[in-house]
Amino acid sequence: MVDAPTTQPAVVGDSASEPRGAETTAWSRFVESDVLYSFTRSPVTVTAAAVTAIFILSAVFAPLVAPHNPFDLASIDLMDSNLPPMWLEGGDPRFILGTDDQGRGILSTIIFGSRISLLIGFASVVLATVLGVGLGLLSGFVGGVVDAFIMRVAEIQLSFPVILTALLIDGVIRGVLNVEKSGELAYWILILSIGISNWVQFARTVRGSTLVERNKEYVQAAQVIGINPTLIVLRHILPNVMGPVLVIATIQLAVAILSEATLSFLGVGMPPTEPSLGTLIQIGNDYLFSGEWWMVIFPGIALAILVLAVNLLGDWLRDALNPKLR
Amino acid sequence: MAGNPLLEVRNLRVEFPTRRGILTAVDDISLHIDPGEVLGVVGESGAGKSMTGAAIIGLLEPPGRIADGEILLEGRRIDNLPYEQMRRIRGREIGAIFQDPLTSLNPLYSVGEQLVETIQTHTDMSHSQALARAIELLAEVGIPAPERRVEHYPHQFSGGMRQRVVIALALCVNPKLIIADEPTTALDVSIQAQIIALLKRLCREHGTAVMLVTHDMGVIAETADRVAVMYAGRIAEIGPVRQVIQNPKHPYTVGLMGSIPSIDQGDGRLTQIEGAMPRLTAIPQGCAFNPRCTLTMDRCFRERPDLVQVEETRVSCWHHDKELAHA
Amino acid sequence: MPDAPIGASTESREGVMRVQGLARYFDVSPPLLNRLIERQPRQILKAVDGIDFEIAKGETFSLVGESGCGKSTVARLIVGLYKPTAGSIEFEGRDIAGLTRVEMAPLRRRLQMIFQDPYASLNPRWRVRDIVAEPLRAFGLETTSAGIERRVGELLSFVKLAAADGAKYPHEFSGGQRQRISIARALASQPDFLVCDEPTSALDVSVQAQILNLMKDLQREFGLTYLFISHNLAVVSHVSDRVGVMYLGRLVEVAPAKTLFTAPRHPYTRMLLDTIPDLSMSGRDRTPVAGEVPNPITPPPGCTFHPRCPFATDRCRAEVPMPITTADGSIVTCHGVEEGRVPEGPVMAGA
Repeated sequence: MVDAPTTQPAVVGDSASEPRGAETTAWSRFVESDVLYSFTRSPVTVTAAAVTAIFILSAVFAPLVAPHNPFDLASIDLMDSNLPPMWLEGGDPRFILGTDDQGRGILSTIIFGSRISLLIGFASVVLATVLGVGLGLLSGFVGGVVDAFIMRVAEIQLSFPVILTALLIDGVIRGVLNVEKSGELAYWILILSIGISNWVQFARTVRGSTLVERNKEYVQAAQVIGINPTLIVLRHILPNVMGPVLVIATIQLAVAILSEATLSFLGVGMPPTEPSLGTLIQIGNDYLFSGEWWMVIFPGIALAILVLAVNLLGDWLRDALNPKLR
Repeated sequence: MAGNPLLEVRNLRVEFPTRRGILTAVDDISLHIDPGEVLGVVGESGAGKSMTGAAIIGLLEPPGRIADGEILLEGRRIDNLPYEQMRRIRGREIGAIFQDPLTSLNPLYSVGEQLVETIQTHTDMSHSQALARAIELLAEVGIPAPERRVEHYPHQFSGGMRQRVVIALALCVNPKLIIADEPTTALDVSIQAQIIALLKRLCREHGTAVMLVTHDMGVIAETADRVAVMYAGRIAEIGPVRQVIQNPKHPYTVGLMGSIPSIDQGDGRLTQIEGAMPRLTAIPQGCAFNPRCTLTMDRCFRERPDLVQVEETRVSCWHHDKELAHA
Repeated sequence: MPDAPIGASTESREGVMRVQGLARYFDVSPPLLNRLIERQPRQILKAVDGIDFEIAKGETFSLVGESGCGKSTVARLIVGLYKPTAGSIEFEGRDIAGLTRVEMAPLRRRLQMIFQDPYASLNPRWRVRDIVAEPLRAFGLETTSAGIERRVGELLSFVKLAAADGAKYPHEFSGGQRQRISIARALASQPDFLVCDEPTSALDVSVQAQILNLMKDLQREFGLTYLFISHNLAVVSHVSDRVGVMYLGRLVEVAPAKTLFTAPRHPYTRMLLDTIPDLSMSGRDRTPVAGEVPNPITPPPGCTFHPRCPFATDRCRAEVPMPITTADGSIVTCHGVEEGRVPEGPVMAGA
């Protein structure tokens, strides 16, 4: 009704190019964008981004950041096991947050653990994104039987809890490969099972946006000049459906980290020799009632903070990219 | 102007604070509407015409705000009233018709329920009296079989019929003024003609004044008594509709009239105004029309012209300023 | 059913586009499950239901009608966005109706389209120069980046934009400027035939005038043939050489623009003309025709206009009228005109 300045057709002076002659680069567009503006105006988001960045950086540079290397058997001394945090009686200043039952420093295991958690989280989200975006584009653009089939499969999968699907896939892979949980393979099995159980969200959203974009005139304009349908999907539709995908991917990263933690906690994830945050919590859980609470509390807090920060980032991104709220 | 105007707008300014600065969507406009009169407000997108209507009925969307000026309904200020009081005025004294009839109708209630509720809120009629009045109103706006249709829901009506229902809704408490914002834009041409004819007849019969906001000069020509031509948030020209259409004074109005194709005119070139309306972020100094005007002089770039009386119209253009002409 | 192509060739002009018995039906049935469980029938929307027309080289032929009359479907059929259900589309003597995407390739270059909504017809993520260059690359018309840059600059100058504008994104332009970009893109492959689907209906009048003037200049300069789709009769009268009036998927009248606007024959054409707002302020009180366009899925039997027509008889209610060609080559599809019941005259009196 009201032709608010933000929604009215952008009316500019005529053909003559505006004085700002310099070509707009991707970076200058980003700097001037409303997205960056809304980011700097939200202290919660800035904090969440900082926390996430700290986690990611310390994960990437774990060997440099962590006081000890918990995988280096030479540096581990069983004499140091079950030490409380340094500020408690019996604490050791070398181990700020105490040690676990094998004498590994809790802080170091958390840093290396979140490295594993983040790695599996990112990789499984990438897998889910590729799978989901691909199937969503296919479903939305081709339509018909293909669409009906993909969407029915998605609905069936959606009717089971994600963790149950992940457990199922995990079990099937282990059964087929007939392997025990060993380090190298455990990564791949987790990435695969979490990735496959999370594609549905992406596919449904992308299909919806594709249906909208497919009927827009710029797509028809490409069809009129006979552009190959595959190219139309990749060059025209894909870039225009990626906004919501970015939002879902961020939120799914939090879900994936939690899924990995759950699987590891249930004992079907990372082995204790290469502990993720979930494995750490599982190990610590056994010691909770014997008084060594730090072994479960600190990894738990780390997991909670990481997931919360990523979630907050996702929420902000959703609001910032939602044109209705802009 | 003689008599007491029904509505008076004095130096209204509507602003939108944004992070890139304050945008002035309506910039110091003054107008009045007499009882029973149809005032057309015409302009292209971004001219501020809808914003003016929204400001009058107190429905500016935040962060839009009235930054300056007064709006008086029968001599009483209404621009600074609290929300509740303004809501009552909107129901009883000022009606509203919007471009999309669905925004004015609740999809969950039948048309009859909505009419009865509105009637009962503002009068002390019983339910059966109000229902009878609702049916009468539907008949009046030309809805066939109103006894049956009164039980139908908005989605069961076509676009044209829905707009008739909205008109019935706006008229049911006999408001003194109706703000109609692009009431026919979403409709097919043949339906447009029907709705315009209906609006005209009803307002004449009820003595309702109308502020008709539209981009369509044709609708104005058919309906309005007077017309205000808006450009970049300002009034370029305001006067009797025949004067403005047949003898436009402002260079913008002249260009606008020339750019409308007509079936009598044949297939020559249309007069075109070069360029487009400025963005709200870049309204030029002086007269806002100066970058597109073919008659500019120094003063047009320095000073903003005020409305001056020329014959029956009032025009904001330095070329029509008497003092300047004598200087 | 497609009507017989009576009087499709009117004069011995050089026709570039010849459409015969063109029809396009859409299946708008509810999903299979609903049909089975709720026993709902299949529903067919006859968007275009057997139309014939011919467009001569260099002329502007317009299709005019209210929403849902099928005019935009005709536009999309001609550029190959839809496949016709029946009928033929002859472009320079060759039927292009049944061609596949690959077979169509050499013809596409010469058959281009301008869309209605300048805010939706340009990919928001592409720079203007890439949007304009897409046809150049697709048809292999320019292969070097220098050649593309030069040609894009030239195309932008045709539509009175600066070459430097190519570096910008669509959102930096106004509606009118975007429509110019659309036109530049459509011209990129040096087409002969342009389908213009409501090219100015989303624009303000002063900008509309700029675009209409520009289109006229380009037509003269490049010898273009236009199929112009619009609901705005004043615009149609301004741009057209010949006009076809559509109602519920059929052509009810085809005539030279001058004839159609001064001496309309079909009652629907007269009704449409009567709705044009009167800017000359003659004070005439319009008597709008009652009724609305019926649901195209369940159109009335016989002549589909009969429920709104003041001249309707029992024959109109039962029998579908066939197109009749008059002495001047115009075509009218009306029992009343055929029987001489419909009075001649510019504007219908009362309804």
